[in-house]
Amino acid sequence: MSQKPQTLFQKIWDSHVVAEEPGAPAVLYIDLHLVHEVTSPQAFSVLTERGLKVRRPERTVATMDHSIPTKGGYEAADELGRIQLRLLESNAQANGVRIYGLNSVQRGIVHVIGPEQGFTQPGMTIVCGDSHTSTHGAFGSLGFGIGTSEVGHVLATQCLLQRKPRTCEVRVDGTLHPGVTAKDIILAVLAKIGVGGGTGHVFEYTGSAIRALDMEGRMTVCNMSIEGGARAGMVAPDDKTFNFVHGREFAPKGAAWDRAVTCWRELPTDTGAAYDKTVTLDAGSLEPMVTFGTNPGQGVAITQPLPLPASLANAAERAGLEKSLAYMKFEAGKPILGQTVDVVFLGSCTNSRIGDLRAAANLLRGRKVAKTVRMMVVPGSQSVKQAAEAEGLDKVFKEAGADWREAGCSMCIAMNGDQLSPGQLAVSTSNRNFEGRQGKGGRTVLASPLTAVASAVAGKIADPRPLLNGGQA
Amino acid sequence: MSAPKFTSLTARCVVLPSVDVDTDQIIPARFLKITDKLGLGEKLFCDWRYLDDGSPNPMFILNQPEAKGAKILVAGHNFGCGSSREHAPWALVGFGFQAVISTMFADIFQGNSLKNGLIPVVIRPADHAALIGARGQSQNLQVTVDLQATTVSWPGQAPLKFPIDPFSRRCLLDGVDELGYLQQFTKQAEAYEAAHAK
Ligand code: SF4
Repeated sequence: MSQKPQTLFQKIWDSHVVAEEPGAPAVLYIDLHLVHEVTSPQAFSVLTERGLKVRRPERTVATMDHSIPTKGGYEAADELGRIQLRLLESNAQANGVRIYGLNSVQRGIVHVIGPEQGFTQPGMTIVCGDSHTSTHGAFGSLGFGIGTSEVGHVLATQCLLQRKPRTCEVRVDGTLHPGVTAKDIILAVLAKIGVGGGTGHVFEYTGSAIRALDMEGRMTVCNMSIEGGARAGMVAPDDKTFNFVHGREFAPKGAAWDRAVTCWRELPTDTGAAYDKTVTLDAGSLEPMVTFGTNPGQGVAITQPLPLPASLANAAERAGLEKSLAYMKFEAGKPILGQTVDVVFLGSCTNSRIGDLRAAANLLRGRKVAKTVRMMVVPGSQSVKQAAEAEGLDKVFKEAGADWREAGCSMCIAMNGDQLSPGQLAVSTSNRNFEGRQGKGGRTVLASPLTAVASAVAGKIADPRPLLNGGQA
Repeated sequence: MSAPKFTSLTARCVVLPSVDVDTDQIIPARFLKITDKLGLGEKLFCDWRYLDDGSPNPMFILNQPEAKGAKILVAGHNFGCGSSREHAPWALVGFGFQAVISTMFADIFQGNSLKNGLIPVVIRPADHAALIGARGQSQNLQVTVDLQATTVSWPGQAPLKFPIDPFSRRCLLDGVDELGYLQQFTKQAEAYEAAHAK
């Protein structure tokens, strides 16, 4: 059988089309639907209005992450937050949907617990009313964010109407230098293509630098695909993927596992398959990256001066850059190193897994958070929290003067009590530096966990590399 | 509960030319604790629209007298990027907008808008600049978005075709309920599930 070579994306797409009528989008089957408290209430209401139930509760998983406080739990939430949390519980119960609720020891950020519990598997279609569903693509699945109307569609039918996106290969070859991480790769990709560069496309990350990343690093990269405008980001599955999934609670077991791996090995893009476009990046040329503006595409290598608006030919882009710099209170042409930092946030679905916490704790061990800095460490799930505590990482953070919290989205979205005060500057391992994202008037610099720690210690934006060998920032 | 419908609209517009306006600006996350869709229009562009004391920022476009009754938003490139929150089109519709004109929309925002009867109209940069120019000449500029013809026009501008997903267009013209449409495929979904059972 001679078949046209196909991409990973094409294979997953084709194998999930349930029906396609002329002139209409494909009816795509959804293998896994993740649900959280913020984007689901109105979708459950539609079901109730129409007398419908969740069609495949066993393919639906709910968790509480966005509006849950990271200290004091449910009791600490404001009234609207409590109503929202309770409503998710009752909606899940009424529909027989598994929920990682208030008392669950495995509750966590939706994009952390999916892979952690083994729900996320290669070859799947995965959706959630959350744009960072792209994270799950790290496993060689097709994961993408949907709106609340679509959440209702999937709850009711387990299917979704979708137009097929185009594909974009993001090829990263070469070897990262010490102190440069997966987060720096994706921030560099975004700085190169801009926040709209991936619109209409699904990214597939390829190349030796991506293959060299562990699963957590791949999740970090795929997580921020949406920041480039791409719906999804994918990495072809390999033995690292299978080893990560193996043995997790909801992963296939026994003979089913062997059958699954045999199928999963067929998923990687065939030699000679064509992408609609390709972007390349040399990992060996990268330094730690930071953002300086108010969107994730406004990033620079940490040693570089901030760009000059005059260097942009397009008037609207020039105005955008000027507006961003004014909001951030940064000066064009000046270095970003040395800017005074008020808050350091280590957390979010981008960088809150055990590997992130380990890397951060290793750098922080024996050092102190600067007196002028408030550092918050928020594990991505309660399971990550327990694992970190078993290793004693919590002690490292606490002894350094950082605040060790319960799992949740926390200061990534500032709708749960954790937030910046107006004017404060945060170095954050999260994924969005939009105006006010971490609290009204707050200013966000996105960076890797290593850069976050170096900045916490120095009290100003600092390069982590000098600290790697026990030096001073 | 009925599906949104749209055929044609002629109305005044307001211009918000900033590029890369993300959905956190359209509706900040702290207003996402609601469990219905009510009241979001009041909070649309909240942190740009209101001063720290809660009073309207007189400099912001939506607070200027000419914004009253405007039903079309002329926005900058890559409008609606970032978070998938459908609260963004709910807030725009809640304010009274029925169409947004830009040179590009973020994917999820575009899909969410179509599901709420908010028409995302994409035109070329030169036409976008011409529209902003014409609006600069006349605050009362009447812009027409015609979904039947898939054109946008204004006085002095011959109708410009704009691209729109043909299925979404049909749904909006006929008031087709997308969930109802999807439910027609239950048999096929069951067959798919049977074929893929492990
Ligand atoms: S951590 Fe931030 S980006 Fe991730 S799901 Fe939560 S709010 Fe969204």
